Amino acid sequence: MEQLVYKKPDSIKEDFKISFCPGCDHGNAVKLVAEVLDELGVREKTIGIASVGCSVFSYDFFNVDIVEAPHGRSMAVATGVKRSKPDKIVFTYQGDGDLASIGIGETIHAMTRGEKVTAICINNTTYGMTGGQAGPTTLIGQVTTTTTKGRKAELSGYPLKISEIFKEIDGTAYVARVTLDSPAAIMNAKKCIKKAFEAQIKGIGTGFVEILATCPTNWKMTPQEAHARVRGEMSEVFKPGVYKDKVSEAK
Amino acid sequence: MKREKQLLKGNYAIAQAAIEAGCQSYFGYPITPQSEIGEYMSEKMPELNRAYVAAESEVAAINMVLGAGSTGIKAMTSSSSCAVALMQEGLSFIAGDEIPCVLVSVMRGGPGLGYIYPSQGDYYQATKGGGNGDYKIVTYAPSSVQECVDLTYKCFYVSQKYRTPVCLLADGMIGQTMEPAVIGEYPYEEIDQSSWALDGAKDRKPRFLASIEREQEALRKRVVKLFEKYNKILENENIFEKYETEGAKLVITAFGSIARIAKAAVKKARKNGLKVGLFRPILVNPFPEKLVAEIAQKVDCILDIELNCGQMLQDIKASISSCASTIPVKFYGRPAGVMMTVEEIYKQIENVYKEIVEKKYGTACI
Ligand SMILES: Cc1ncc(C[n+]2csc(CCOP(=O)(O)OP(=O)(O)O)c2C)c(N)n1
Ligand code: SF4
Ligand SMILES: [Mg+2]
Repeated sequence: MEQLVYKKPDSIKEDFKISFCPGCDHGNAVKLVAEVLDELGVREKTIGIASVGCSVFSYDFFNVDIVEAPHGRSMAVATGVKRSKPDKIVFTYQGDGDLASIGIGETIHAMTRGEKVTAICINNTTYGMTGGQAGPTTLIGQVTTTTTKGRKAELSGYPLKISEIFKEIDGTAYVARVTLDSPAAIMNAKKCIKKAFEAQIKGIGTGFVEILATCPTNWKMTPQEAHARVRGEMSEVFKPGVYKDKVSEAK
Repeated sequence: MKREKQLLKGNYAIAQAAIEAGCQSYFGYPITPQSEIGEYMSEKMPELNRAYVAAESEVAAINMVLGAGSTGIKAMTSSSSCAVALMQEGLSFIAGDEIPCVLVSVMRGGPGLGYIYPSQGDYYQATKGGGNGDYKIVTYAPSSVQECVDLTYKCFYVSQKYRTPVCLLADGMIGQTMEPAVIGEYPYEEIDQSSWALDGAKDRKPRFLASIEREQEALRKRVVKLFEKYNKILENENIFEKYETEGAKLVITAFGSIARIAKAAVKKARKNGLKVGLFRPILVNPFPEKLVAEIAQKVDCILDIELNCGQMLQDIKASISSCASTIPVKFYGRPAGVMMTVEEIYKQIENVYKEIVEKKYGTACI
């Protein structure tokens, strides 16, 4: 007897095209978001915001309505959508450069207003799409195309810990940092993403998940090495965990 | 609301007209001389169950407008000068995405922080834009409080009909002027946006609104399509004022608040027997080149008057050279600070008239 063990989520297009590099965590992250949309039964009333970065072609794979935001402005665009159509489910899918660097202002203020939207941030400690330059989330010592001798705190400061900041904002309802480096981690990540959507659906506040993700291409690592880095030095600086959970409290 | 005459300040007239026009979402950040618009909206929009968000910056405001407009509703923001400068990237995206929205730009003096004096120094900003790529922001310039009302309606209509950002380009003087104006029901038909707006992919394929285009040919076609749209707007939605241009030897060109003062000067000139007229483009982008060219072929000189160092002047000159006319184009203007008086403009008219017209025809022409 045949048993169906895996099926493409409805929230991923039939003729989807994925433009991510092999072994990149973006792929898994997208799939998890899609599975959550399916499980919550909200696909048909969802509007996604595509940000500028490796995920800019979100409309090639997410089977939902999508509007593209200028680099960093996804949370402002999400605000405009949600305030105009409060009955829709609105989410952003952003890189760390997009959300934590150029868009940190829009992100913090949307959260401060407690916008009922969900933000997913793929933190790969670099500007992936432009070829792996250093950004605010780059680790001390990390070699990038603009820190060829490794990031030095004296020159460019310290990695920005966004989940730690966002948990302090009154308007956030759910804040978690997850990894995708093992099947257990992936299952946990999905649970957290679901909570971040429930925060919005229940009208409690902004839901946020920071995904520590690999960029094997720019890190110049194999996918296995890259996941080891996530488990190791990345998780040491960016501690995974649930930082805030008003969703469970509300249950 | 029934149509009725009210004593209104320009900024409030714009805000009230936006509400009448059915603006569903307003996003803004304070800046003089337009802050009354945001203040008014902060009170009225929630009362009507519509969205008002105090954006944290103009960068955020314009991107909120982008998001709101993508759902097909009527969305707007209002701002001024250095703050409109912050919106340019967003405006370029909105134009490229073909999202309808209204931007009210109430000009103040610049560059930089400048000051809150009336100015027309952002004609370039509105019509040439600081955003990237080949696109235009359709722009209407009011010269009275009544036009603040009527053109706010027009801006919403044109933006919805052609899926494009439209700018109402006022200045500190009009924004702060109080005068009677008739305000009432939105006079245009509602345009159905359901064929493209984002509202969730229920029983249909998902939609996406984006300016990104990977295929060379598709990218080219997208821009060509935008420009076809701008041509249509010029053809169908152009508005302008011609005053005493028939038989005129000298025509004054001016837009917005200054045009009103110039008109009073033209009236005086006519009274004194000078054959002078006024052409005031109200749609300034796309610019009505043909109309200016037609005028140029019938007159001996154009005198352009602006409260800046000569910005619309470049469009006037381009229009004239488009019809191979060689008539002189004179300019009288100055940057923000002291407003022009009727007397001052009249003097300029007289001088230019003497220099060009009387030289050609002798004083008999008077
Ligand atoms: C205003 C602006 N500045 C710069 C860029 C160039 N740019 C495109 S993608 C990108 C980096 C994206 O990095 P991130 O958000 O971390 O996403 P990733 O590609 O790593 O997933 C940059 C800087 C741009 N498109 N717009
Ligand atoms: S550059 Fe990095 S983040 Fe972008 S798709 Fe490739 S591996 Fe993924
Ligand atoms: Mg990144």
